[in-house]
Amino acid sequence: MDEPDSKTTPNQENRFEVTRRTVIETGTTALLLTTLPRAALAAGPVDDNEPPPPPVKVELQINGRPYSLTLDPRTTLLDALREHLALTGSKKGCDHGQCGACTVLIEGRRINSCLTLAVMHDGQSVTTIEGLAEGENLHPLQTAFVEHDGFQCGYCTSGQICSAIGMLAESRLGMPSYVTENLTQPAAELTDAEIRERMSGNICRCAAYPNIVAAIKQAAGLPT
Amino acid sequence: MRAFTYQRADTTVQAAAAAVKPGGKIIAGGTNLLDLMKLQVETPSSLVDINRLPLDKIEETPDGGLRIGTLVRNSDLAADERVRQRYGVLSRALLAGASAQLRNKATTGGNLLQRTRCYYFYDVTKPCNKRNPGSGCAALAGFNRIHAILGTSEHCIATHPSDMAVAMRALDAKVETINDVGDTKIIPMAELHRLPGGTPEIETSLRPGEIITAVTLPPPPPGVQVYRKVRDRASYAFALVSVAAIVDSTQGRIRSARLAFGGLALKPWRSPQAEQTLVNAAADTTVFNAAASAVLEGARGFGGNDFKIPLTRRTLHSVLAEMTRT
Repeated sequence: MDEPDSKTTPNQENRFEVTRRTVIETGTTALLLTTLPRAALAAGPVDDNEPPPPPVKVELQINGRPYSLTLDPRTTLLDALREHLALTGSKKGCDHGQCGACTVLIEGRRINSCLTLAVMHDGQSVTTIEGLAEGENLHPLQTAFVEHDGFQCGYCTSGQICSAIGMLAESRLGMPSYVTENLTQPAAELTDAEIRERMSGNICRCAAYPNIVAAIKQAAGLPT
Repeated sequence: MRAFTYQRADTTVQAAAAAVKPGGKIIAGGTNLLDLMKLQVETPSSLVDINRLPLDKIEETPDGGLRIGTLVRNSDLAADERVRQRYGVLSRALLAGASAQLRNKATTGGNLLQRTRCYYFYDVTKPCNKRNPGSGCAALAGFNRIHAILGTSEHCIATHPSDMAVAMRALDAKVETINDVGDTKIIPMAELHRLPGGTPEIETSLRPGEIITAVTLPPPPPGVQVYRKVRDRASYAFALVSVAAIVDSTQGRIRSARLAFGGLALKPWRSPQAEQTLVNAAADTTVFNAAASAVLEGARGFGGNDFKIPLTRRTLHSVLAEMTRT
């Protein structure tokens, strides 16, 4: 998984240390930032005669590293990650909270990063798909998705994996789901029906659902 | 998205004061507001973030009920031990709504104040009396499969999309508010949402500058609690019809019943007549049908949603039969 190759605290002025790998990444990002219309960065149509609103400063702890940004307040968390930090693992599918491709973890809880403003998370910690592997060692869910072919085109996969991490944490906390039969039992067993219901916010257009369920069961230590 | 200034509120009164100014808008979870801002259905010029206010607690009340802070996330409310034990219908309704990601973000107050999902309200190129008063209602003769059959007007046939609100209506919840000068108020759930009438743009009884701080639940009434949601997908879809039912019965006789419906109107729908039909009545088909007829009195379809009339009848019948089975 790609990560910005920076040993210093990245910020808007000095975002990346230049390496062979990031020349390509930053080159692409710089091009995007200069050529994309403002609408693409501010999510939705904007009136170009309208003066931009005062910028806001945002500090985020992303995948364990501090980032300092100055942003148009309209910038969603997803756009901050993708367009300002080149963390493009989180995907923009529908941009309206319907597909789950943008799922990230805020303070360990899964949310749709497209439906929240970056500035609303000032001072909070964000985990994206780029933050899961430890060096060359993939996260157990990443390994399980590979082993069970939990994808076809792969566009929804980073959202599926981040969502599954959040889902397993919720399950460990004993949080119920719509299909949990007995609400008063301390924790529901993660049956296929439970996993499917709990993962219903992540759409897979290739319909790799059976393999996604199998991958999650393996990572959760359940018989597959 | 149109330009706005962003500020974080330090107190509820400060938030209300900022929101009452022209163009001011409160943001909490933001899952509905930002969606609408991207489409320019909502165009606030100033956004007031209340997420850091200490309104995220669930507390016991002296009378044995619960007080739910307006910023309690839907997922936390659904998972709360006390809610699961005593207000199962609320937990079930919350878990029936949206996705886990959205429930982790969406708040109690925001859920109540979310806007309709009427396609024409969302499409700024179409007439909509709610979005643009006086422009007309495109849903009346349009694609209206998800629309209301009760409490409609010639100006608007939208529904309120919340599941949570339906359960809260059955539980006779109350909404606590504060305004920009610090005055507090308690509004019964029955009076929070308004039917469209001639002013569908006015959706609640909240006054300008009045913000929701909490929802209180009275002690749970006796009986079994059920939330049944009928929808086009098994998960992550809005209700075509939903029923929050609390029924106290023994050996085939109903002592009392509370029924609130979602997907039928611009507010959670309760029918005192239907509930009266069930008091001290035998739990049989004749009685269930009489209750359904009372709920559906004055119901009117608009073509695409005609099916909701028999669907409501069958859903209620099924729920009552299940709840009173001996």
